[in-house]
Amino acid sequence: MKRREFLKRVTAMAAGGVLPAAPAVWSPAKAQSRQETLLIVSESGPNNIDIHGVGTNVPGYEVSWNCYDRLISHEMKTLPNGVQYYERDKFKMELADDMNVGDMSATFKLKKNATFQDGTPVTAKDVKWSLDRAVTVGGFPTFQMGAGSLTKPEQFVVVDDHTVRVDFLRKDRLTVPDLAVVVPCVLNSELVKKHATDKDPWGLEYTKQNTAGSGAYRVVSWNAGSEVVLERNDKWVGGPLPKVKRIIWRIVPSAGNRRALLERGDADISYDLPNKDFVELKNMGKLAIVSTPYSNGIQYIGMNVKQPPFDNLKVRQAVACAIPYQKIMDAALFGLAKPMFGAPPGTPTEVAWPQPHGYTTDISKAKKLLAEAGYADGFETTLSFDLGFAGVNEPICVLTQESLAQIGIRCTINKIPGATWRTELNKKVLPLYTNVFSGWLDYPEYFFIWCYHGKNSIFNTMSYQSKEMDGFIDAAVAAAAVGDKPAYEKSVKAFVDLAYADAPRIPLYQPYVNVAMQKNVSGYQYWFHRRLDYRAMAKG
Amino acid sequence: MIGKRLLAAIPSLIGVIIVTFLLTRALPGDPAAYFAGPAATKEAIEQIRIKLGLDKPLYLQFMRYVADLGRGDLGNSLTTGQPVAEEIKTRLPASAELTLLGLIVSIAIAVPLGIVAATRPNSVIDHCCRVISTAGVSLPVFFTGLILVYVFYYLLGWAPAPLGRLDVFFSPPPQVTGFYLIDSLIAGNGELFLAALKQLILPALTLGIFSLAPIARMTRASMLAALASDFVRTARASGLTPFTIVVTYAFRNAMLPVITTLGMVFSFLLGANVLVEKVFAWPGIGSFAVEALIASDFAPLQGFVLTMAVMYVALNLLIDILYGVIDPRVRIES
Repeated sequence: MKRREFLKRVTAMAAGGVLPAAPAVWSPAKAQSRQETLLIVSESGPNNIDIHGVGTNVPGYEVSWNCYDRLISHEMKTLPNGVQYYERDKFKMELADDMNVGDMSATFKLKKNATFQDGTPVTAKDVKWSLDRAVTVGGFPTFQMGAGSLTKPEQFVVVDDHTVRVDFLRKDRLTVPDLAVVVPCVLNSELVKKHATDKDPWGLEYTKQNTAGSGAYRVVSWNAGSEVVLERNDKWVGGPLPKVKRIIWRIVPSAGNRRALLERGDADISYDLPNKDFVELKNMGKLAIVSTPYSNGIQYIGMNVKQPPFDNLKVRQAVACAIPYQKIMDAALFGLAKPMFGAPPGTPTEVAWPQPHGYTTDISKAKKLLAEAGYADGFETTLSFDLGFAGVNEPICVLTQESLAQIGIRCTINKIPGATWRTELNKKVLPLYTNVFSGWLDYPEYFFIWCYHGKNSIFNTMSYQSKEMDGFIDAAVAAAAVGDKPAYEKSVKAFVDLAYADAPRIPLYQPYVNVAMQKNVSGYQYWFHRRLDYRAMAKG
Repeated sequence: MIGKRLLAAIPSLIGVIIVTFLLTRALPGDPAAYFAGPAATKEAIEQIRIKLGLDKPLYLQFMRYVADLGRGDLGNSLTTGQPVAEEIKTRLPASAELTLLGLIVSIAIAVPLGIVAATRPNSVIDHCCRVISTAGVSLPVFFTGLILVYVFYYLLGWAPAPLGRLDVFFSPPPQVTGFYLIDSLIAGNGELFLAALKQLILPALTLGIFSLAPIARMTRASMLAALASDFVRTARASGLTPFTIVVTYAFRNAMLPVITTLGMVFSFLLGANVLVEKVFAWPGIGSFAVEALIASDFAPLQGFVLTMAVMYVALNLLIDILYGVIDPRVRIES
């Protein structure tokens, strides 16, 4: 802040004709500022800095995460490789001082000294208003709240000025974790209401451009498509005061330039470089490179089970035996992913997700299976992928096309632009495709509800419907809600086994989140949302 | 004459408005599905569609668009979340500054090169001109840009980081024209001027190299024709100095086709800009339009095409006026 006023003064001085004095006093200020600033470069930036907004993109979540507080958040644990990783089952208080989870409700006491960035105290009213907003605005935020059985404003009750109660709709073990994701952030209700209109009762237009939270950072300037500048909120009480005073996030679309900026030491951190660059940077050893598998995420080959020929189990198994798994790992990912194939025969199924399946590349077995299915001469089909992630998807599809040709399945590759990809998936007509899915909430049944359940959500891209599968998934959800561990474990094992036996989709690997940073940058944390948390980061 | 030409531009603008509206609607993407996010249900997508007004019939959408346009409202960009008019206002100067500087670099190299090549046809310098211009136009701009960044930033460290219009630790000058070079001078801030100029050098050079060929070749060809003409022979016979002959007599006559080429080059530079802006993280109008295209974001696309159409009309008008200044015959005929 000081520097800004200072610059203003310098400009004023210069305009007043005292120019020669200006540069001499400017440069030291600049050098100091560099030390206290973290420069992040990435391919794309936010389109809205409020996660409740219409169509807020993923970079926008990162701003929301750092500028707003939630009632609760997660503790951190250290992985064997030294990476800080969020602890799924351990919550830490952020805006709340105390959480008391009862049978059908959870009560939160707010921190008494918590204030919004404009100085007004955070009250239970603000919390209720914000949660009401999340379940009402529609679109993604409402959907995400619903995933934890949080759907009605009546569920959020103001007990007194500093106490809020969240009533459960039903017993659901995802309800409390869902209060710690990015969506249920707490906004300054009075400030936002001032900017609300009849057409826009939740003030979405205002929060799209302005941060109105109590979080550790606030956005001081945002040039869509080129830069976001954030400054630390020194009065933050949600956790220890962050070390970095100022974050500059520049959008650099060219991957080559992002790498050059890192190597020259001009940028501090970047996390969306192509895998090949990450591998090379890792080998050079000049930068710190951290790779962490996506929690609850898998890249897979999917097949539409409603249409021939993929309605035939033997055909699907033949495809599963013909995918060149190892080649994909080596040539498309340069080893930067966790294989999800080739579990040795007889490996017991675990109560975990994701876990490897037993298929390996075995062309003769695939040919045999295809002949048994009545397609000895093979068939023609299309293999589709999302051009938005062509860097990985294209080599995967080319390698798969090559390999399937050996068993007589002739694929035409269908490249679908990012803008249309979801529309196409939603139609559920693509016969064969590769895609990735990952869930914020890291529970096996959460993944299966979206991807395998017969209610056929958008992520059940295969249109897979099986009474047996639905039975296992529902049983697991019910068992988890009441804490019946043996029943839960049995159901999870059963649905994993069935998913691999029926093979409507074939997991390839668990992708990695790759982050490259200067060696003097520390405090990187892996979060379920996979974006950066500036609050723990430090420089020097 | 100017008034008449402006009137003639109106039907083309109306055409542009209709065609861009229909073309953007014909794009395969579904903005509602795109902006509903990765985890959207069908209902969520429908909700977004209604919010965006995309559920209405096409003619109603068009009428709303035209009514908004009448009020100077170009709509909102969904990718950047900002009003399109605001985006274009801040981004157009960035692109224009870069393109103009690129054109100046190009003219400064290509015109002398073309003149020298024409005065000494088939000499070493003529071949040089041919090779340089062919090489320049054959290399895709993003490639030239990346090579320049690699050599001058990454290897040599002479150029500043390719991070857009200013180094991250400078604040932009108070906006007057939107051209940082001019605004920093108005603010009397020499350091800022240098910083902005440094950022401009590589991208402007990239554009300049790309547009060398048409200007150099056109200068050479029309100079050859002018030098072979009767009045130059007369001038030579009268014993004028070679400099007077080439510059005063031949060049002024050869300029007309060169000016026409400049107009064309400027327009395709605005197109080539798109890639250069991507390479140098330039917050210009081209990269904005490309991002909008990828996301099937209608409003910015329409705004972009409309702005470009207006600029072309203005540019053509400017060139016509320049004709009159350079060649009195044009003035007399009209």
